[in-house]
Amino acid sequence: MKFDRKIDDAGLREGIAKLTPEKIQETFLQFIEGETGAKLKVYSETCVRCGMCSEACHYFMSHDGDPSYSPVGKVTQTMGVLLKKKGLVDPEFIYKCAQIAYTECNLCRRCIHYCPLGIDTGYIMSMVRRFCHKLGVTPLYIQDTAHSHSATFNQMWVKDDEWPDALLWQEEEARDEFPNLRVPLDVEGADYMYSVIAPEPKFRTQLIYQAAAILHESGVNWTMPSLPGWDNSDMAMFTGDFEMMGRLKRAHFECAQKLKVKKIVMGECGHAFRSVYDMGNRWCGWDNYPVEVVHSIEFFAYLLRSGKIKMATKFEGPVTIHDPCNVIRGRGLMDELRYVTSEIATEVIEMTPNREHNYCCCAGGGVINCGPPFKNVRIKGNKIKAEQLKRMKDQGVNTIISPCHNCHGGLEDIIHAYDLHMELKFLGDIIYAHMEKTKAVE
Amino acid sequence: MHDIYNFVVGPLAWFGWGVFILGSIFKLVYAYNKFVTKDGTSAPYMSWKYGLRSIGAWLVPFNALGWRNNPLVTVVTFVFHICLILVPVFLSAHAVLWQQFFGVEFFWTLPDNVADYMTLAVIAACVFFAVRRLAYPRVRFVTEAKDWWVLLLVVSPFITGFLAYHQVFQYQIMIVLHVITGLAWLALIPFSRLAHMLFILFSRAYIGSEFGGVRKAKDW
Repeated sequence: MKFDRKIDDAGLREGIAKLTPEKIQETFLQFIEGETGAKLKVYSETCVRCGMCSEACHYFMSHDGDPSYSPVGKVTQTMGVLLKKKGLVDPEFIYKCAQIAYTECNLCRRCIHYCPLGIDTGYIMSMVRRFCHKLGVTPLYIQDTAHSHSATFNQMWVKDDEWPDALLWQEEEARDEFPNLRVPLDVEGADYMYSVIAPEPKFRTQLIYQAAAILHESGVNWTMPSLPGWDNSDMAMFTGDFEMMGRLKRAHFECAQKLKVKKIVMGECGHAFRSVYDMGNRWCGWDNYPVEVVHSIEFFAYLLRSGKIKMATKFEGPVTIHDPCNVIRGRGLMDELRYVTSEIATEVIEMTPNREHNYCCCAGGGVINCGPPFKNVRIKGNKIKAEQLKRMKDQGVNTIISPCHNCHGGLEDIIHAYDLHMELKFLGDIIYAHMEKTKAVE
Repeated sequence: MHDIYNFVVGPLAWFGWGVFILGSIFKLVYAYNKFVTKDGTSAPYMSWKYGLRSIGAWLVPFNALGWRNNPLVTVVTFVFHICLILVPVFLSAHAVLWQQFFGVEFFWTLPDNVADYMTLAVIAACVFFAVRRLAYPRVRFVTEAKDWWVLLLVVSPFITGFLAYHQVFQYQIMIVLHVITGLAWLALIPFSRLAHMLFILFSRAYIGSEFGGVRKAKDW
């Protein structure tokens, strides 16, 4: 099959340079025998190639029905060939597999809603990634974040002293507004441990300020860890480095266990949430997480319901909700998200499709982390989302709420590229700006 | 000709049924063992409640997003599968065979003229699937030779059965061809794309369990 959209990436290029068909086959046979089971086999044997999943995929829809972008099309071009040839393929083919699996599928699982047989294409694509990882063929930029995880236990090469430094900096900033605010470090037995993803201290530090302000105002007993384990993100999960994924989750939960906290509250992130309840925990052999993890959506809903946070005003003007796949299709928080949104904004106008049927942002699943070489893949690959947002814009909606970092990254690029002039908000942005600030100075 | 007929409905039929039943058991047991031993991160999440919920949700036409967005495929798929199962089982001519070889007595059989229309529906559905495979790039792109073989395999007993019933061409030859293609159809269920007949309940129940139990979202 012709593959005419190859994009040069140093990680993929250097990766395949070390391979031979024999090496690939040897690894493939070990991989199939040792790491896959009935799921992959049944999926590959029973898919009847009806193509019904095609329309589920934003890449397919955005490329005007190009069948090479459909979920089954992507499986056929990658795992399908690998299985048929028992892994005896040339290195160039692995390049193609990696490009498709890492950059043309967000593992958003929308296609689940289209397959009568219940075939999990996201799983198959993550198995392609796992195989590429074992061959050492991963896109450069996302591999860099995975290396960072290995070396520092956070995604952004944040050094051990930089982390508390960033927290204390935000504490100092926030004390101008809330004179008694602390970012409590390593408080044993606190009710909540607040954990974030490493991009927050690295370049979205205001989110830590906002979270500290909300937690401070609510009066809950909370803490943040000062040592590695504070980062709940997990790019290793997306590169296919499951060993590292397991180590990361273990470090994160052990951090909470050492502090004897009751719950972990995590910032507005989707993939990290997936990592704790769906993938990292299973790799560690845990049925569920050992310390309860609460997503910000649930936590904000609790604060608002219990009256610990009261809104002084609401956000004016209609907003719409972009449902992030990992917390909605992944964890059913759609109703809680709507509750919080209705509490903090005057008017909500829903997109269609929405809730668990929503189109992906095209950044998740590690695609945005594959970096600049693949930026246009995301933007061209999500014309359908731009059209959806444009329809909202035409209805007078200029603000999109989405409680996920990846969604923000992806949608920002789409908004800019398609000249939509819309603004994106985290729930925390609005809550911080519009809540009653009883502990703040005037 | 009579000897050939006796052979195909006798030893060959037992062989066909044997391959179907033993092959299906083998396939299911093999997959089950592999699932519980090799898919350790998935198997423990199987749930009766959410599995059945998912199967039920997908059995309702136009309930799932996929069904809704492909209305024509949905109608054809439902009609095709219903006829595909009912006709071979409840055809009055087959009831005689059920009685003769398995000792199973049916209280009800399909009226012959209804069965006739249902057979035509299966053939028409297969033509639809074939045209769709050729005309629709999204399907053509992923179609392999075995997708064509399986379509041929499924439609053959219906075409030959229809021709035999209406005594088109030579009845004796047609009925033998009908039995042979029907047995091939049965015997290849475990070893072809038709294996989805065996696995669909399990694959559906699994993803339903994942979505209901872990992801707390619907999978339709």
